[in-house]
Amino acid sequence: MAERKIPAPTPTPETEPFWQAAREGRFLIRVCRTCERAHWYPRALCPFCFSENTEWREASGRGSIYTFSIMRRAKEPYAIAYVKLDEGPMMMTNIVDSAFENIAIDQQVELVFRETEDGPPVPVFRPVQA
Amino acid sequence: MSLKGKAYIVGAYEHPTRYAPEKSVAQLHAEVAAGALKDAGLSKEDVDGYFCAGDAPGMGGFSMVDYLNLKVRHIDSTDTGGSSYLVHVKHAVQAIAAGKCDVALITLAGRPRSEGMATGTAPRTGNPAQPDLQWEYPYGPTVVNMYAMVAMRHMYEFGTTSAQLAWVKVAASYHAQHNPHALLRDVVSVSDVLNSPMVADPLHRLDCCVITDGGGALVVARPEIANSINRPRVKIIGTGEAIKGQMGGAIDLTYSAARVSGAAAFAEAGVKPADIKYASIYDSFTITVVMQLEDLGFCEKGEGGKFVADGNLISGVGKLPFNTDGGGLCNNHPANRGGMTKVIEAVRQLREEAHPAVQVKNCDLALAQGMGGQLATRHGSATLILERE
Repeated sequence: MAERKIPAPTPTPETEPFWQAAREGRFLIRVCRTCERAHWYPRALCPFCFSENTEWREASGRGSIYTFSIMRRAKEPYAIAYVKLDEGPMMMTNIVDSAFENIAIDQQVELVFRETEDGPPVPVFRPVQA
Repeated sequence: MSLKGKAYIVGAYEHPTRYAPEKSVAQLHAEVAAGALKDAGLSKEDVDGYFCAGDAPGMGGFSMVDYLNLKVRHIDSTDTGGSSYLVHVKHAVQAIAAGKCDVALITLAGRPRSEGMATGTAPRTGNPAQPDLQWEYPYGPTVVNMYAMVAMRHMYEFGTTSAQLAWVKVAASYHAQHNPHALLRDVVSVSDVLNSPMVADPLHRLDCCVITDGGGALVVARPEIANSINRPRVKIIGTGEAIKGQMGGAIDLTYSAARVSGAAAFAEAGVKPADIKYASIYDSFTITVVMQLEDLGFCEKGEGGKFVADGNLISGVGKLPFNTDGGGLCNNHPANRGGMTKVIEAVRQLREEAHPAVQVKNCDLALAQGMGGQLATRHGSATLILERE
């Protein structure tokens, strides 16, 4: 089955470094140096303590599936999910390279980048091979 | 300051149409406005406050106030999706209590059905400045899968089953059979729901609400005006609103903003869930009802599946009659926003104007609960507790 074409994200000045790193195959998250918490999605001001003292850090790209759904009523069905990153925060993503029936909550997943239609690649996840 | 009893719902009107390709959206707003004012026994000239949300064409309330030719001294265009109209009732009570208006008109209308809108299954893009858009839109979030992911987690955490969720639809269909205006009037079974096509796992087509044209309106007024008109008095005794998002990535999909809006409304009203005789519960999807019933305290967290099963929501059968008009699942979900019709059916119940087959006996205390936006990302909840005097 053909995989769904992913529409391009629309970077802003606040997020351009993330997408530039994505073009280079690196996955960044935003971490607050004041309260030492990572958050998602990335922001200039920490959403927990409002500190401006935040920075980009390269993340492991590892996590587990918190929940998911298979969008059946689509031209090319796809799996959408929230993945809990090993660094703490949870992010919306797609699960790829897996039969839909094998996707499960708590499954360990790892990041891969997928090309988009007309923009930087986006982080998606696939099951970790046992 | 408590808002308890500071205002009354004196007019309520649901447009009978479910498909209106021959009408404009502004026209539908005007028709429901006229209907609610007639129901209240008031005229357009009495209105001095106007409330609308994103379904109203034009910027904020400007175009509709002008189209309706209202003379207002208070406007409010708060948009919390489908829950907006319950928020508007709360804000109307606040405005009336503060002396900022006497008669508040709230309207909703739209035509997603005649416009062929793929309401639940097409990802909706937005303004690139919307900060979450770039982190979500590429992955294909739709209305259905943003509720389906909540259902999936609920099943994992609490053992909720698709058959339990199906009971929500079954109960709605029992009520809708008595509503001549309902889009879907056939009684369905649990197996009908489970055998309907999967839209986004674990939600089937019959777990999803209808797509309809139409609208509705409410008139909220101060007590002296409610006293002066010849209608049963529906007093607003408890209100609450809340927003819940992704909390910086500390996401928890096991509860909704109804936990906060419900607690506020019950505290203000001084009543408990067990006191409620009838509940209008926003039913965009079957899971939406289960989640809100838990968060409002009608049952323990995680017990919602068991609570709704076996007809417990069917009027005359179960302990908590809900959505006796057939709700969004069967009757009507005008403009893809079901909060308005939730309030209207609660008003009907309190006035004893519901269909006799579904009218709750001695219905003197009702709750209306709205949920707007997407349960898995950002949503708004509003709760009203209404009392018949």
